[in-house]
Amino acid sequence: MRCRKCPKRAVLGMPRHNTAFCGPCLTEFVRTQVQRAIKSQAMFAPEDQILVAVSGGKDSLTLWEILLKLGYRADALYVDLGISGYSERSREKVERFTRDVAESCGAKLTIHTVKEDAGAGIKELANLVKRPTCSTCGTIKRYQFNRVAWENKYDVMATGHNLDDEAARLLGNVLQWQEEYLQKQSPTLPASVAGFSKKVKPLYRMTEREIAAYAIVNRIDYLVEECPMAKGAKMLVYKDALNRLEAESPGTKQRFYWGFLEKQKKAAASSSIAMAHLDQTTLQPCDTCSQPTTAGTCSFCRMMARAKNPTR
Amino acid sequence: MKIHLSHPTRDMELQGPKRVADIFKELQLIPEAFLVIRGQDLMTEDEIVADGDSIEVRPVISGG
Repeated sequence: MRCRKCPKRAVLGMPRHNTAFCGPCLTEFVRTQVQRAIKSQAMFAPEDQILVAVSGGKDSLTLWEILLKLGYRADALYVDLGISGYSERSREKVERFTRDVAESCGAKLTIHTVKEDAGAGIKELANLVKRPTCSTCGTIKRYQFNRVAWENKYDVMATGHNLDDEAARLLGNVLQWQEEYLQKQSPTLPASVAGFSKKVKPLYRMTEREIAAYAIVNRIDYLVEECPMAKGAKMLVYKDALNRLEAESPGTKQRFYWGFLEKQKKAAASSSIAMAHLDQTTLQPCDTCSQPTTAGTCSFCRMMARAKNPTR
Repeated sequence: MKIHLSHPTRDMELQGPKRVADIFKELQLIPEAFLVIRGQDLMTEDEIVADGDSIEVRPVISGG
């Protein structure tokens, strides 16, 4: 197979675009798609300070690399979850990337260690509060990323969610008819109230396979190993179903998620005002930490209180 | 040919030469969820893996 843009050997076929690229043309294509995402969804401007949430996996390290190569001012935050073995290996990948790539671009890495903050790793914490590990992890990560971005005055927080993530999440939300989540499933979420950082997903136009190929072509040393806590997760079932549909009809994931965004855009003016208005009327500062919450005490602080006194 | 797979990590052997697309079929893998790497290079589905080659079939799907 030959590259569709130059005479070189292709390294990746992309059936959804009916094309194929060599390494350099793939790199150019992916960076162009990310730049298009940033502009079309009004994610951030060249002068903005960005905080990237990194895990050591392909998506977040690729996102950090692309933002730096495109000339954006992007620092990163890594949350050490204290998962025996896995967290050490993922942290090592993030620290190596920081040394080898990010620091020479003037970017810095912040590390938040769950064990130091909560006195236990994520698995032990989930057992203490009697909640699934993935849900405990989600609450902690969302809270810490928002806190660090807000306290350090970053303009925007970026995550490595890709087309597969968003299409799978949309499928899950539609199957359960979770309309309140559908309203918030956008590549750009505004900083609707004081204490909430703006959140963006610049990789939403790229599939996991395209991002992994970019990482391999550009020698980004990421952790291939899957989080041991993710085994049996519903998201993986949805992704598998969507990939089976994609194999039969290339472009299915893109049509599904982008089609949803188009429909969402049609009601843009009214829905974005409604969403911001809804946030402003339903959120108030947490009585413990002051981060916005719909309850008196936010879910993170309630969880921490329960972990410190599990008999309550 | 030698094949290295992940999630879970395992090694296996198949008789070559074979096209990458045929390796996917034989292992019952969905191409959209994997990449094939020989040395440091990605391989497209029409490329042929020789009998003496070693390849990695790397999953690209992640997330909980």
